[in-house]
Amino acid sequence: MAKMTKEEVIEVAHLARLAITDEEAEHFADQLEAITNAMELLNELDTDNVEPTTHVLQMVNVLREDKSIPGLDRELVLKNVKEHEGGQVKVPTILE
Amino acid sequence: MSLVEKTAAQLQEMIHTKETTIAEMTQKAFDRIEALEPKVDAFLALNKERATQQAEEMDRVPFAERGPLFGLPIGVKDNIVTEGLETTASSRILEGFNPIYNATVVEKLKEAGMVTVGKLNMDEFAMGSSNENSYYKKTKNPWNLETVPGGSSGGSAAAVAAGEVPFTLGSDTGGSIRQPAAFCGVVGMKPTYGRVSRFGLIAYASSLDQIGPITRTVKDNALLLNAISGHDDKDSTSANVEVPDFAAALTGDITGLRIGVPKEYFGEGVGEAAKQAALDALKVLEERGAICEEISLPHSKYALATYYLLASSEASSNLSRFDGIRYGYRTEKAGNLLEFYMNTRSEGFGDEVKRRIMLGTYALSSGYYDAYYKKAQKVRTLIKKDFDDAFEKYDVIIGPTTPTPAFKIGEIIDDPLTMYANDILTIPVNLAGVPAISIPCGFADGLPLGLQIIGKYFDEETVYRVADVFEQATDFHKKTPQTWEGAAQ
Amino acid sequence: MNFETIIGLEVHVELKTESKMFSPAPAHFGAEPNTNTNVVDLGYPGVLPVVNKRAVDWAMKAALALNCEITRHTKFDRKNYFYPDNPKAYQISQFDQPIGEHGWIEIEVKGEKKRIGITRLHMEEDAGKLTHTGNGHSLVDFNRQGTPLIEIVSEPDMRTADEAYAFLEKIKAIIQYTGVSDVRMEEGSLRCDANISLRPFGQDEFGTKTELKNLNSFNFVRKGIEHEQVRQEQVLLSGGFIGQETRRYDESTGKTLLMRIKEGSDDYRYFPEPDLVDIVIDDAWLERVRAEIPELPDARKARYVSELGMSPYDAMVLTLAKPISDFFEATVAAGADAKLASNWLMGEVSAYLNAEQKELEDTELTPEGLAGMIKLISDGTISSKIAKKVFKELIEKGGDANNIVKAKGLVQISDENTLREFVTTALDSNPQSIEDFKNGKDRAIGFLVGQIMKQTKGQANPPLLNKILLAEIAKR
Repeated sequence: MAKMTKEEVIEVAHLARLAITDEEAEHFADQLEAITNAMELLNELDTDNVEPTTHVLQMVNVLREDKSIPGLDRELVLKNVKEHEGGQVKVPTILE
Repeated sequence: MSLVEKTAAQLQEMIHTKETTIAEMTQKAFDRIEALEPKVDAFLALNKERATQQAEEMDRVPFAERGPLFGLPIGVKDNIVTEGLETTASSRILEGFNPIYNATVVEKLKEAGMVTVGKLNMDEFAMGSSNENSYYKKTKNPWNLETVPGGSSGGSAAAVAAGEVPFTLGSDTGGSIRQPAAFCGVVGMKPTYGRVSRFGLIAYASSLDQIGPITRTVKDNALLLNAISGHDDKDSTSANVEVPDFAAALTGDITGLRIGVPKEYFGEGVGEAAKQAALDALKVLEERGAICEEISLPHSKYALATYYLLASSEASSNLSRFDGIRYGYRTEKAGNLLEFYMNTRSEGFGDEVKRRIMLGTYALSSGYYDAYYKKAQKVRTLIKKDFDDAFEKYDVIIGPTTPTPAFKIGEIIDDPLTMYANDILTIPVNLAGVPAISIPCGFADGLPLGLQIIGKYFDEETVYRVADVFEQATDFHKKTPQTWEGAAQ
Repeated sequence: MNFETIIGLEVHVELKTESKMFSPAPAHFGAEPNTNTNVVDLGYPGVLPVVNKRAVDWAMKAALALNCEITRHTKFDRKNYFYPDNPKAYQISQFDQPIGEHGWIEIEVKGEKKRIGITRLHMEEDAGKLTHTGNGHSLVDFNRQGTPLIEIVSEPDMRTADEAYAFLEKIKAIIQYTGVSDVRMEEGSLRCDANISLRPFGQDEFGTKTELKNLNSFNFVRKGIEHEQVRQEQVLLSGGFIGQETRRYDESTGKTLLMRIKEGSDDYRYFPEPDLVDIVIDDAWLERVRAEIPELPDARKARYVSELGMSPYDAMVLTLAKPISDFFEATVAAGADAKLASNWLMGEVSAYLNAEQKELEDTELTPEGLAGMIKLISDGTISSKIAKKVFKELIEKGGDANNIVKAKGLVQISDENTLREFVTTALDSNPQSIEDFKNGKDRAIGFLVGQIMKQTKGQANPPLLNKILLAEIAKR
């Protein structure tokens, strides 16, 4: 596969919401390239007629009845929340 | 009176004969933990107050109402959610996280009457093979404090090896129970995918993760699996199959048992000591009536790449929820939402976690999905088929658990690919979803080696039976590390 | 240059199940913030989803009602994106195997029928609700998180804002008939985004489309599309290009405003949800759900035309909203004349609901009450005019029309002698009117009728009064 560029690494980091410095980006680029090169091994295999496996067990239709259980006390909902206001969870403003 | 080295049955006998009480036993566990922790560093959080109170109440329960694990202490890996007991998965991003619910397995431990004494160190989010990826501390191998205990369930394996607790729970995504069990000379079982509920297990790779027991003996391991197994309505991937009494499967008889010995598990990249110990172990089993034959699992060499693509992809999505909004670590430096996300996650996650999130994000991104993720899913089908084919003719598949014994702390931490290679013998098992155990089978340079016994889907019984026969025939499990000397008994 | 407008709609419908799509927390609108959630909705570490069976049944029901083919082997996928109202940072949705595909519905605009294709219908979970406070932060309420949603994606088959309006109206009607949702736009249980592009007539390829959001009512859908159409035309005519972007309709100015520019396609990194197993729908399951689908608006409309002799237009209007149509049927079943019942429902009732901004079920009117009143009109007990007073009482306070009429003394005066007395008095006191009438001024009769109506508080039987008045005036 093509070498993973620093720019690509920065783009992927953005998608994953990870802030990385230029230095880190270069370091990751080298490591990820080595890793993805190792993954190239899979291309030896012809898998055109192979079905992908998402689940190893052949289970289907695991469903629950539509019955509700009362929601959590709001006190518990907010227990681990660092900032909240009027029972709602506070987040910084969206400024893209 | 020493509690160390005792099995569940022996401990129950001591309680029955009033030689000890649950309260005293719990206290002794904490004493020993406190004495050994400066050396081993296996525990992250201790549950002393609640455990002590629970133990006293349990001493009042009539014997008739007690099961085989009642009142016995257990440690739980820190990626298993415990209500009211800090749960971090060894990550800074969950620092101070105080769960408001219990994992299903923790509820099951309560039902069995076990006393949770604390939470065990691990590689951050179960990503790692050495426990060096913990944000909080580096757990040491009780057999040699300069070597790693393995990972990611390193704390769970080290705590049992050091005699801090007789029972622990780990989790295994690519070998995270079996590899540290091998490194620390204890018994670690990864059950069939779907055997144990994943509800409350902080997900690393959902299609591979499975919780399992780590103990000193095979029998105790079977008892603990009895306690935690079973269908759970809260986990759609938990199998609705009957749970047999695994301990009852230890008949001691393996006459005519067919063992497949994959040549790939004795090939390049596997050390001589590990190979020799496994071959010696096979001889022991042959002497007990088993039939060994060389087989091939032809797609084994593709397992590592397949695993890292699938696990990292799932992880990149599973770990997206850690954003500082509803729980856990939250950055101080954020003017707007984007900065908030990026700084929280960059400050909260360690390097290996970031590396896998990046790899997974990349493998799932448009343009690469078919070449990486989907390709890996297809190869997974081929790897699974290797096992399906082998199990048409063989009852179990046996080989070494790891290519080498434990390595030195800091030795390969900066070389991800070498670190990943540690798991080449355990990863195929997770990709197929079958059960496998690691039991002590020898030593190299004073460090333990593990034997891996792989079984058919939901046939943990045969795996345990074989493991037990080997254990009865050998005394590797009776050896104790130096760390024990001078510690509280 | 003349342009053709190409419109496709994406409609989100919340299913009114008792619990959420993947968790047993209650799925009700209007609770206190963060009280209808649990650890699954909040995306706590270690939690897992479990599929609500009724939500699947209902998604299938809606898909069948929209003439979709049901995907027999369906599954869930993760759609990954970060946003504070999306706690797991992925939404469980369906990507390449949606439960329904290749559907269609028929719309009618100005008497012209047209079939609009439904590309797909898939199941997913709703997000929480984010409120921007305007002072440096936003607030999140997770109550809505995990509410079952179906997303209906149309083919780009619509060409005018009217067609889009009719499509939405028809989708709403059909879903409402199936009973799987309240389809209330004001409560967010029906939401709509529009994709709009222009192309010169005769050109095959589509132009670049913009996505229009924040369309919070049927009228805004129409206005937003109309504005976007004009805007794009102006840009193109002045030699500019349409950017691939998301725009929002601004209610105060009636304009569409740029929200964000789409860079390529958003990279949602869809992959199969490993925490859920596949869903396989066999014939028995499919047929059980199909059997639960009630008569849909088109069938009901056809029945009104053929069985009740209603005009196709009236039948269409009457069947558009299921509560009205059901009410109509119950009113007729209670003995009312069908023609009168439909006139009242489309006239007075609908005017009242519009004026008061109410739904029919929020009033006191019952089918029995309306039928009772219509029977009194039919047998001449009350006039249509009096009936309006009775109606107001019925819809606001309820009760029985007969009792209201009696209690208020509203019974029509149809006794000839009584009426003749009123006529005689009126003629005696208005000699000028008699004069005017004899001089050919017909309006004088209207004046006299008015006087008598005033005296009788409107209770005089109008045809009988006319007859007696003309006879008496002729005698003078």
